Amino acid sequence: MMAFFDTDIGFVILTLLKSLALIVPLLIGVAYLTYAERKVMGAIQLRKGPNVVGPFGLAQPFADALKMMFKETIIPAGSDRILFMMAPMITFGLAVVAWAVIPVNDHWAIANINVGILYLLAISSLGVYGIIIAGWASNSKYAFLGALRSAAQMVSYEVSMGFVIVTVLICVGSLNLNDIVMAQRHVWFAIPLFPMFVIFFISGLAETNRAPFDLAEGETEIVAGFFVEYSAMSFALFFLGEYANMILISATTTILFLGGWLSPIPLAPFTWVPGVVWFLLKLFACLFTFIWVRATFPRYRYDQLMALGWKVFLPLSLGYLVLVAGVLEVFGWLPNA
Amino acid sequence: MIANIFFDIASAILLASAVMVISSRNPVHSVLFLILAFINAAVLFLMAGAEFLAMVLVIVYVGAVAVLFMFVVMMLDVDFVALREGVQRYAPVGLAVGVVLFGELAFVAVNWTIAPGATLLVLSPTPADVTNTVALGSLLYTKYIFLFQMSGAILLVSMIGAIVLTLRDRNRGKRQDVSAQHARVPADTMRMVNAKLGEGAKLPEPTEEAL
Repeated sequence: MMAFFDTDIGFVILTLLKSLALIVPLLIGVAYLTYAERKVMGAIQLRKGPNVVGPFGLAQPFADALKMMFKETIIPAGSDRILFMMAPMITFGLAVVAWAVIPVNDHWAIANINVGILYLLAISSLGVYGIIIAGWASNSKYAFLGALRSAAQMVSYEVSMGFVIVTVLICVGSLNLNDIVMAQRHVWFAIPLFPMFVIFFISGLAETNRAPFDLAEGETEIVAGFFVEYSAMSFALFFLGEYANMILISATTTILFLGGWLSPIPLAPFTWVPGVVWFLLKLFACLFTFIWVRATFPRYRYDQLMALGWKVFLPLSLGYLVLVAGVLEVFGWLPNA
Repeated sequence: MIANIFFDIASAILLASAVMVISSRNPVHSVLFLILAFINAAVLFLMAGAEFLAMVLVIVYVGAVAVLFMFVVMMLDVDFVALREGVQRYAPVGLAVGVVLFGELAFVAVNWTIAPGATLLVLSPTPADVTNTVALGSLLYTKYIFLFQMSGAILLVSMIGAIVLTLRDRNRGKRQDVSAQHARVPADTMRMVNAKLGEGAKLPEPTEEAL
């Protein structure tokens, strides 16, 4: 059987099986993240949240999915049909494709590639296109405004995010995600690089267009932003893509700063727990914070959002990068030196 | 075997989308085809084993440069009919430029000789434990450091140039001065008055600044 997987066709089949084993839990995760968000926000705002469909409302995501499927797909008359239908597919597809390199346990990734973190950066920089294309193809002013806002925001925060990643990389000496986690055996990077951790998390909020940076869909000013013209399944794909991106950015935060699948204390009772469990726990903690932030903070003003990205985060992350590089050089702690 | 098929697919899409960039009528579609061409070029890089270059191509060209293209092209109010009218008028000039370029390329291609040392490089491939990224970095930051720094300086100069061209007079327009806002205390802006019945509070004379 193992010999079969070494042949060309066997390798393709094995990769397909691996992808399926990742995508199915991911999609279920996305479905229940929407449920978790409504429940947690409900609890924070002293409401009950969804509690009618199924026990504790647990069947609510599936009810929503069915509703979306049976609704009519409306394509605006003046729109660019092909691009209009392509945009949500791009958004959702990219959100899923990025998961190919995420290791959920030691060497448990579909592709353990040498430039894993660059791959993640490349995929997340492609994410802008789903939004710009949606805004342009809709041929609607609100959608276009939303797309412009969102694109400018994503491009701006990507810069400081890149510097944060570089800071982590000079501490690791490798672009491989597996190596990045293993470099945190002794101490998680969240501790020595705490300011970077905070910047990365906030940039993550901006990158995924989440509150308090959800100006792209500011419903009080531009209705719903770039997906104002979308309905039924094409809307659902945008929605799923947004949540899949949230899980992705939480997974990236976990890998870069919270030690991935490593147990918090490298001692006996903690190391017995499988790495996947630790990974998921850290992931859930990040996701909970995403929802918590949304329920707590009011939306930013657009110029303040841009000022935060370019005038605060960029100089801060650039300065910290130079500082970390200097400290590593002076004390001779550079990896592979 | 699979690698060959992927190479054929990627290069076919690359060439087709490169043709579409110049032949599609809608400029936004052109930019999108350009992006497709970039991505397929990145795939070809990947297949050649240059994974770092592939990722950087996507991050820099697709993620940054093409986004700017896209912005500009989308904002332009392009009159497609007028664009199509011009084609026949400018065709001879375009054709002439094309012929000259093609001639030069052909001249280069005919006189192309592979460097004599190149075959030796193939015989000594990169060691298995040195990744692409490490190899590039150790060359770029040692042997070519001056060229590398020079290109950085050129980019810096062009950036400053762009800023100088677009910087407008500081005192015109509405600007927010955050530190001035933070420095305000209630005493500067607020006056507590015990207004008597029938008299009300007297407003202070408006200052020059407020006008």
